Amino acid sequence: MNTTVLMDAPAARRPHPNPAPEGEDARPRADYIRIEGLSKTFGAGSGGVLALENIDCTIQQGSFVTIVGPSGCGKSTLLRILAGLLDYEVGRVMLDGQPIHGTRRDVGVVFQSSILLPWRSIVDNVMLPAEVLGLDRRQARERAMQLLHMVRLDGFEHKLPRQLSGGMQQRASIARALLHDPKILLMDEPFGALDAMTRERMNLELQRIWMESGKTVVLITHSIPEAVFLGDRVFVMSPRPGTLERVLPIDLPRPRTMEAMSHPAFASAAASIRERFSHAASFD
Amino acid sequence: MTTAMLSSAPQAQGAPDASVKAPRRRRANPLASTRVQSVLLLIALLGAWEAAARLFKVSRFLVPTVSDIAVALWRGLATGPMAKDGFWYHGGVTLAEIALGFFVGGGIGLAIGIVVSQMPKLEMLLEPYVAALQSVPKVAVAPIIVVWLGFGIGSKVMIICLLTFFPVLVTSIAGFKAVDPDRIDLLRSLSATRWQIFRKAKFPSALPYIFAGLNMAAAFSVVGAVVGEFVGAQAGLGVLILQMEAQADTAGSFAVCVVLSAIGILLTSLLRRVQRRVLHWMPADTSQRTVNV
Repeated sequence: MNTTVLMDAPAARRPHPNPAPEGEDARPRADYIRIEGLSKTFGAGSGGVLALENIDCTIQQGSFVTIVGPSGCGKSTLLRILAGLLDYEVGRVMLDGQPIHGTRRDVGVVFQSSILLPWRSIVDNVMLPAEVLGLDRRQARERAMQLLHMVRLDGFEHKLPRQLSGGMQQRASIARALLHDPKILLMDEPFGALDAMTRERMNLELQRIWMESGKTVVLITHSIPEAVFLGDRVFVMSPRPGTLERVLPIDLPRPRTMEAMSHPAFASAAASIRERFSHAASFD
Repeated sequence: MTTAMLSSAPQAQGAPDASVKAPRRRRANPLASTRVQSVLLLIALLGAWEAAARLFKVSRFLVPTVSDIAVALWRGLATGPMAKDGFWYHGGVTLAEIALGFFVGGGIGLAIGIVVSQMPKLEMLLEPYVAALQSVPKVAVAPIIVVWLGFGIGSKVMIICLLTFFPVLVTSIAGFKAVDPDRIDLLRSLSATRWQIFRKAKFPSALPYIFAGLNMAAAFSVVGAVVGEFVGAQAGLGVLILQMEAQADTAGSFAVCVVLSAIGILLTSLLRRVQRRVLHWMPADTSQRTVNV
């Protein structure tokens, strides 16, 4: 049964990897996130550091975008701006037609570490957004249990975070980010602290969760294979100042399995990103 | 084939993650327990004291024997609750001073600590004053306080307040400073209000620090009560010690010290019990760590 869900979902939910120009697609997808001429400087005057320079991009509803770049390319800054945690002065960032200034209720954020509150049980941690946003407790609890089931943490609901492994903690934090049913999920290097094996499994899990939930996902990573494996499109960023170098559509069928990594399209995409990085690095 | 991969993957994923730490168990043999061993050590030390005092014929006015102290302790305890020469009356007065001073001083310290740490500018403004006042030996101020507030219970409570206020203030400020900024970001990302951020992230994060301060304050409060009573009081265990010393009743003084230690132990274990309940989520070895003064 599990299998049918997974097999059916992609046909229904999979966004077009390379969206056709408007009007040509039968169901044109709205530009859910639209960034125009975004620049961000930290500090003022001559000591100011330009973290992002003139970013232009759009992200379609329901799509999976990965942002990859070396450290210092401003990818976390971009995500914090999208999450409303950081304000900006130059450019426009629109979400669903409205400019982003401050945090929003329809956004869920997964951070680099799980940031589970150690005094709360797993289910109470997942319930946190409901408490903060004042949602109906009983419904939220039901949803929390379903989400914990989705991230395969059945039986761990009443454990404390420290009783769980790192991978399990990060899965719980994904469930928490989904509790208030946000339309968009922002993930800042969510698997960076995990070992390679766990990370691969988490990538598969995340793909499944995304396909089941139909959210728009923006995921930051410094791992090229992870970016290519997960993304419908990969945004390649380069550092000092952080700019969006190019947008690379990944035309691999969903659901992708670990075997997709040996697909020629995967290899060529990864190679072209890697080539960008080594090119950029030669200027350092 | 893809189907097979997908359906088998989830099972494979659950397995290695399920390694949850097993809770540590205490061993059953009573002699192996450190608690029993420390009681045995106490008995051995008291026996050695008794033997040495008798063997070397030390003057009772200098070092009484353990049995003398035990007799004095019994005499003090076998009194009515209002007997002016009994331990219950004086112990009750001292305990009341300690309880009042601890709650008022610690409470004000915590309240100011909370307010100050929510306002970074106020914190910077007050920081040098806190540091300067903290280094004033509060015991030195005790005579002045007695002059101001008289020989009643009020001056003692005030001295204890001074002693308990600072450790709680300083540790709570440190606790709020040490809150993981990620936790605040997490709540901000959910559009939490300042009050929600405080209640759901900052305050619980600062609690281990606050408890460290309260533990210090509990130890200080016993010292404060006795010092206050030494300087000038009508009742209390400190007064009793002075009276006994005046009558050269050294065994009696020692007995009062035993009572004071018992009060100290009582306070610490009560506080520890509360701490264990509040900080139930911390691993046992870290939540039980206390600050010794």
